[in-house]
Order: sequence, then C-alpha cells, then structure tokens
Amino acid sequence: MRILEGEKVTKYFGGLAALSDVNFHIDEGEIVGLIGPNGAGKTTLFNLISGALVTKSGTIKFKDEKITGLKPYQICRLGVARTFQSVKIFANMPALDNALVGSFFGTPTSMSSADAAREAIESLELVGLSAARAIPARDLTLANQKRLEVARALATKPELLLLDELMAGLNHTEMAEAMELVTELRDKGITIFMIEHVMKAIMGICDRIMVLHHGENIAEGTPREIAANKTVIEVYLGA
Amino acid sequence: MIVRIFDIVIAGLLMGGIYSLIAMGLSLQYGVAKVLNIAHGEFIMIGALLTWTVYTAFGINPLVSLAICGPVTFILGFLIYRTVFTRLRTSSPSPAVFEANAMLAAFGLFFVIENIGLIIWGAGMRGYSYLNVGVNFLGTVFAANRLVALLTALVIGVIFYVVIMRTRLGKAIRAAAEDPVAAGLMGVNINQVLALCFGFGALLAGFAGVLVSMCYPIYATMGLEYTLIAIIVVVLGGLGSIPGSFIGGFILGLIGSIVSSWQPSLSIAAYYVLFMLLLLVKPTGILGK
Amino acid sequence: MTAFTSKRFLVPGLVSLILLILLATSPLYISSYNVILLAAILMYIVLTVSWAFFSGPTGYISLATAAFFGVGLYTTAVLGKALPLLAVVAAGGLVSFVLALLVGAITLRLRGIYFAIFTFGLVELIKHILLFWEITVTGTRGRFVVLVGNTTIYYVVFGILVLLMLTVYFVRRSKFGLAMQSIGDNEDAAAHMGVNVTLVKVITFAVSAFFIGAVGAIMATRWTYIDPYVAFNPLFSFLPVLMAIFGGMGQLYGPVIGAAIFAYLEELLLTKFPYYYMLIFGIILVVVILYLPDGLIGLIQRLRQRWQKGGLTGKHANT
Repeated sequence: MRILEGEKVTKYFGGLAALSDVNFHIDEGEIVGLIGPNGAGKTTLFNLISGALVTKSGTIKFKDEKITGLKPYQICRLGVARTFQSVKIFANMPALDNALVGSFFGTPTSMSSADAAREAIESLELVGLSAARAIPARDLTLANQKRLEVARALATKPELLLLDELMAGLNHTEMAEAMELVTELRDKGITIFMIEHVMKAIMGICDRIMVLHHGENIAEGTPREIAANKTVIEVYLGA
Repeated sequence: MIVRIFDIVIAGLLMGGIYSLIAMGLSLQYGVAKVLNIAHGEFIMIGALLTWTVYTAFGINPLVSLAICGPVTFILGFLIYRTVFTRLRTSSPSPAVFEANAMLAAFGLFFVIENIGLIIWGAGMRGYSYLNVGVNFLGTVFAANRLVALLTALVIGVIFYVVIMRTRLGKAIRAAAEDPVAAGLMGVNINQVLALCFGFGALLAGFAGVLVSMCYPIYATMGLEYTLIAIIVVVLGGLGSIPGSFIGGFILGLIGSIVSSWQPSLSIAAYYVLFMLLLLVKPTGILGK
Repeated sequence: MTAFTSKRFLVPGLVSLILLILLATSPLYISSYNVILLAAILMYIVLTVSWAFFSGPTGYISLATAAFFGVGLYTTAVLGKALPLLAVVAAGGLVSFVLALLVGAITLRLRGIYFAIFTFGLVELIKHILLFWEITVTGTRGRFVVLVGNTTIYYVVFGILVLLMLTVYFVRRSKFGLAMQSIGDNEDAAAHMGVNVTLVKVITFAVSAFFIGAVGAIMATRWTYIDPYVAFNPLFSFLPVLMAIFGGMGQLYGPVIGAAIFAYLEELLLTKFPYYYMLIFGIILVVVILYLPDGLIGLIQRLRQRWQKGGLTGKHANT
C-alpha cells in the first residue's frame, strides 16, 4: 500500500523554486532515503509533508487521504511524526515529559493518563533512554537529545516516521546504534523516510533512495542503482 | 462635491507626511536595530514640546527648531541605544529573546520619558500660533502652516531616502538590516551602525514632533497615540520595509482623513480595523517579505 | 508530572496556609484604611499572576492587561445595581473572557511581535470607541459607580485571588499545563507532536483575561467616577509586567512577591509623587531587564547557590 504519495509538489520562496513538480511515493514498510546536495530542498519537502509549510501547488496524500493544507497537529494525529534537523526538544522538561507530550496529544485516539504514561516510558525504553527519564532535556548529550526526539515522535504512535539528518554529529558507535534503531522501528511496522548526508547509513539500511537536486527529483532506485547512476555521481562529484 | 473630495485628499496627504516620517523612523529602529520602540512617540512629544518652549521663550521659528530638536532627539536616541540596547544585545541568548526584552525595555522607557515630559511641561495642552494664515492653493484655502509642514516632511523624506540608498552609510545600514553577522564580517561596525539607526529613528520622530507642534495642540501624553499609528503604518507597509513605511504613512493619512470627515473621533478605531484586517489577511504588509 | 518529595511540599504548603488564614481574617483586626490598602495589593497580585499565567509559559507578551481591567471596570459602571454584586463581577470577567477569545483568535496564530503590538494598542482602541460611544450615542461622559463597603470589596478580591491561585496550581499540573509548557519550550515541535497550539494559547489567554476583568469589576466600586480615561490607563498593563519580571518568572511566588512590593510602593507614592514614582518604576523595569532577568527570586537563588558552594568545598560543583 502506498502510505505516502506526492504529486507535482511545488514550493516557492520568493522567486526561488525550492521544489518544482516533485513526484514521489513511499510504500508501507519501506525505509526510503532522501539525499541531495545542500539546498536541494530535502527539509523543505519534509516541512511540506508535516504541514510546517504550505505547498504552492501539488498534493500530498497520506494513506490516500489528502493532507496538504492541514495543520501540523492534525497531520501528526493522522499518523505522521518527525524529527528535526536542528534538534527541537523541550529543553526545560525532563525526558519523560518530552515523550509524554507526544503520547498525550499526538496519538490517533486519545489515551488515558495511565496509558499515555506507559506509552511514553516504552518509547524511552525503545531508544535506550529509560535511565535518563528524569533528566532535563537540555542536560542530555546531543546523541541522547536526538534519541529523545525519536522517542517523542514514537510516543505519538506514528505509521510514518520522518527522520531529518538523524546521523549528523554522531560518532561511529552512535551511528551504528542509530542505524540499528531505525531497522528495529521498521521491523515494528513503522515506515521510515529519512534525510541523510552520511552515505554509509543511507546505503546500509535503505530499501530505496530518492535524490533531489535544485528542487527536482533527479533519480530514484535501490542503493545499488543510485550508486551507479551517472546523473547522481555528476551532481555529487561534478560541477 | 469634487472640492470636498479634494479637501479630504489634501488633508490626508498633510497628515500622511507626518505619519510617513514617524513610520520610517520606527522602521529603522525595528527593521535594522530590531527594537520595537514603544517609546517612539515620546521622541515626537519631546520634539513638539521643545519647539513650543523655544518658540514661546525665545521666539525662534519652528523650522529653525528642526536644527535644535533634531540633534537633541538624535543624541537621546543614540545614547539610549548605546546604554540599554547594546548591552541587551550581548546578554540575550537569542534574537527572539532580544526582541521581546527590547520591547519590554522600551515599554519601561515609555514611562520614563513620558513622565519626564509631565514633570517638565505638566499635563495641560500647549500650542502656539505659527503661520496660521490661509493660503489659496488650487482653488481651496489651506492653512499655511500645514502646507509648510507637508513640504518639510516631503523634503526630509527625500533626503532620508537618498541617504539610505546612495551613501556608504546607507549601504552599511541596509547591510546591517539584512544580516548583521555578515555585515560585521564585512567590516561594518555593527554596534555603531545600529546605534546610529536608532538615533536616526529618534531624529525623524523629533522632526515629526516639530511639524506636529506647528499645526496641532500638543501635550505631554501625546506620544502613545503616535506610537500606535507608527506601528500600524509599519505593519501596513511591511515590517522592515522603509519604502513601505513611506507609502503606508500616506495611505493611513488618507484613510484617517476620510474617516475624520465623517466621524472625527473614530479615526483611531478605523486604523485598528485596518490593522485587524491586515493581520487576518496579509500580516506581512504591502511591501513586506 | 514529576513527583514532589513531601519535604518540598511541606514548607511552601504550610506557609501558604498560614498566609491564607491571616488574609482571610484580617478585616477583623486591621483598620478600614488598611483593609482597602490590602485589597489593592491583592488586586495587583491578581493582575500580575494572571499576566504571568499566560505570558510566562507561552512566551507571548501581553500588553492588554489594562484593556481587560478597564472592561471589567466599565462592566460594573454600566450594570450598576442591575444585578447582585457577584453576578456583576462575574459579568466583568466574562466580557473580558470573550474579548480575549476574539483578540486571541485574530493574533495568536501569528508571531509574538504581532500579538504584543495588537495588545498594546487595544487599550487606546477601546478607550476611543467608548469615548465615541459616550459622546455620540449616550451623550454622557463617564459614569458614577455604586458604592460598596470596604470589607465587601476586600473579600471579593480575596475570593478572586484564591480562585486564581487554585486555577494556576491545578492547570500547571494538568495535561493542559503540559501543553502550555511545550509551547513555551518549542512551539514548532509542540505543534508537530499533536498540540493544537493556537487553541491552547487562546484559551489560556481568555482564562487569564477572565480574572483580570473580574478584579477590575470589583475594584470599580472603589472609584466613584469612571470614564474612558480613568478606566483605560496603560499603567495597568505596565505594572503587572514590572511586578512579575522584578519578582522573577521562574517560580509561582515570584510575581506574588513582586506585586506585593510594588503595590505597596505605589500606594505610598501615588498621592505624593505621581509622576516621579512612575518614572522610577520605568527605570526599575529597564534596570531589571538588563541586569536581573531572573528577577528577585532568581537573584536569591543564585546567591544561595554561591553561598552553599563557598560553604562546602569552594570547588565548582559543575556537570
């Protein structure tokens, strides 16, 4: 089933086309990577999907329902959650409360306090932050803050998870752990769409990769296909 | 009928000239120095009452007062920026925090300056008679002082525009408005430029005060209303756009004139309705980004 | 959400209880003049805490306190004896509540600066509308207000304060309070985690306006004559901000202490040095913003930390 579908998605910033006529689709259970040089429009696409920005034209559908035009909180409750390139945790709250916000407000059906608390604790466990649950988020290391963002997103019980540069700033060990976490999440039934610059991570875990350049979808395929794609190689190594 | 419309239009332009000046001043302070100066109107008040004092005590022509009040409000604004807002800039953890704190500090300054005005000049209304003669212009009679005020406002506006667009200082100001960090890296002394901008904003307010005192009664608590008008014009023209403020001032002046011809005490309400519509439909204003 | 140790609860709880009892019984043993003075101080505490209740957690700075206060004042002036006193007070609160809903719906979807600007001008706007109304429609200027006994005024204000403190206390610990805090910490992220940020902001704003309007409605009975100039005074937007920031926004009792101090100062200086005291208050606000952003409470906490560190080993106990 196509869980996410975008048709002719276009976004302008002033006179500059951040995205032009981008078509894409993601099937349930996939891990799809989104790559491209800086400024290609990757985060913009995420912002359009999550509702942070409004499209100029084109439609985005989640589970066959149009979500373009909806507010972020509505899209979250439908089952789409995300993390942010610049980590946006709730700095002054303990880690557990961060996740609680997700489980209280972002789930498709509202939960009782007890259920929400349990959900939040489970999310923290999943990412390995159980021990840190009472620590104020601002006192966590960057790697742990990124984990917290994932936990918080998971607490909303999403079907589709958008990860924006999860690997940035992580060392080798942390990255390996993150990659493992992502595959674990997929095995639990969550579809993943991830923006990445770190090629090792992308090639390692993605089923399919989408390449953006100057706001256009220039290639799509399996990691092998993309690695061999002439246009992609030119874009990354060429002029 | 045509004459009536003409009346309203000219009156609107007269008021619009003053509105443009104060709005451009505020635009400099908010657009470049990022300070939403709620005390802006107080500099107008100082310009106005200082002119009155100088006129009644020494008989000095208000147009000459421009050269007196201008420097006073400029220096005042410059010093205030250097002491208060420069320090605030360094101590604020983020631009958003600075914006909020700067506005609150300006709120405090509003009370300080207004009450200084009240202490010096008292709460009563003042006014003086200057060029209160009728002048025949295109078939209608206008008060000479208002025409002089309009012309002066236009001249100041043009000079200001030329400075911003054509001089090196103007370039530095526009660079600082776009990207303070980059401008700093390019060799622009940011603290100096921002303080100058704030000072220039106060300067324009002072000039506007002189012009207002020529045509209308003035009092120590007059600042608040002008601050509000300046803010509405700045939003109308687009936050951060100086040309927008210039145009917006005249638009608001015209609207005020039209409403005044029907119900004088409702002009503020009319401005606010416009403000509400703006916020609902296009908060970025006419020329805003 | 996070558990309190019983020790942390005990001391503030006890202090609050004692204060509550003292305040509740005070008209019995203090002079009538002091009763009304105390009522004024409690009024400022209501204004300040209401302001901080919204502007603190959300980060949106409201300068509309004077507008809601004035609306409350005018509701009483208009209704007069038409309804029993408590109904009039509730009406003042309700009108402010509705006004805040409208203002919030228009401006809270936008950036904080638009909200601040709009609330700032609201006082002037309402003043001009009422002036127009009185001049052209009713033909009168100002209204006379029914007189009510000092003790009655005191107890109504006290009741409003208790209700407010209970509301703040329980909301902070509720799901709604969590939503409020998430908005203050990172509004973007909160929206993406399912929080209907605009709705939360608007409701919080309206609730705070209710209390401001209610206290305005009862305090109207202290002045005998109300007109648009008297009722809509920017000073009432300024003072709560000064009091809250001076006291310190970190804890609940920061604004309370700030309000108590400045309310008392204001009552002392108001008649003798009207312009000078406002000037000094303005300077104090600027100084506090520059040098004491955490307020008095923050200063005390920092001094305490330094004293404790110095007392133990003198080493930095840093993470």
